[in-house]
Amino acid sequence: MSTNPVLQLDRVTRVHGTGELAVHALREVSFEAHPGELIAVMGPSGSGKSTLLTIAGGLDEPNAGRVLVEGADLVAAGQSGRAKLRRTSIGYVFQDFNLIPALTAAENVSLPLELDGTPARAARAAAVAALEEVGVADLADRFPDEMSGGQQQRVAIARAVVGERRLILADEPTGALDSVTGEEILRLLRARCDAGAAGVLVTHEPRHAGWADRVVYLRDGLVVDESGAALAAGEGVNA
Amino acid sequence: MSVKHALLALLEPEPMYGYQLRSAFEERTAELWPLNIGQVYTTLSRLERDGLVEGGETNAEGQQLYRLTAAGKDELAEWFGSAVPRTQPPREELAIKIALAVGSSGLDVTAVIQKQRSATMTALQSYTRAKRATTDLAHGLVLDALVFDAEAEIRWLDHCEARLRQAQRDGAR
Repeated sequence: MSTNPVLQLDRVTRVHGTGELAVHALREVSFEAHPGELIAVMGPSGSGKSTLLTIAGGLDEPNAGRVLVEGADLVAAGQSGRAKLRRTSIGYVFQDFNLIPALTAAENVSLPLELDGTPARAARAAAVAALEEVGVADLADRFPDEMSGGQQQRVAIARAVVGERRLILADEPTGALDSVTGEEILRLLRARCDAGAAGVLVTHEPRHAGWADRVVYLRDGLVVDESGAALAAGEGVNA
Repeated sequence: MSVKHALLALLEPEPMYGYQLRSAFEERTAELWPLNIGQVYTTLSRLERDGLVEGGETNAEGQQLYRLTAAGKDELAEWFGSAVPRTQPPREELAIKIALAVGSSGLDVTAVIQKQRSATMTALQSYTRAKRATTDLAHGLVLDALVFDAEAEIRWLDHCEARLRQAQRDGAR
């Protein structure tokens, strides 16, 4: 692919503990996510998939290797640089939504923009536009406990994409939802990637990984397998 | 798959010609099970013999219009009202292959599993792409059936891999 990757992991290693007790959560894991791509990461518990996502999101640091988000080195960026990148370039979607209970939907979505210095009025307009994109603009002034799980996750996705952030990291985003609602969330993630973002989806549901362009399998911190890498678009069902 | 009942179901809302039945069937089932026209006409003549459909007027091309009879409606209601039997499992080539792989000396069973999982995931991805492309409910549900089926296979392969690793750990002790 000729485009520059939005996310680039280059031989990333993460070790928890030292000496005999050292556990390799990730061993020299490399992969790239380009604009328009959704990548699913699968693997059993303890395979390193959540560690991979926290490192890609700048919430944890690798012991070795490099992590680049839109060309910016997350390790070199330092604490405050990473925090800024999380506000401007990286969107996170969690299994349990993680909305702030005391804020309305629109306030939850506009928060990252306001923290980054966007004036309140402009932040509110951007938040409402993002809520509109995920089909819940009419819930802008509701609080999280006044919404269903599916609605809360839509708000969380709006928060993850607001301000044109181009990297979406989703950790089991459909885990708490029924199958039809879960599929709607995947359609939204997919649509956002089709519109130019790059997405990384950690999931243990093969059905959900099916929405991705590529599926990366982790075992004991190693990439052991990849599906769909060479898939051409337009391939038929019977292919 | 019961072609007989499929034709009865398609004739329920309105009478149709044989060639219409074939295209209606394929449209509804996402063209996954191509039906040959000979099969449609043989089934129709058997249904007519049994009094479940009746042939009506013939058009300029000599094709006959078929409609459902009262007995056909009863037969259809009974089909919708009963569960599809889970008879003895079909010969599961994959399960047999993995079982034989486990007993083979010097074979990397994990590699066999990974190869299959990759292929099944690729199929699942293509069903999902087809789902994204359709707005038709019936078509989407048929694709969902394929998606869930592929998912069950991947889960089973994951399970095989985990059991294998466990057995290897136990063996190494």
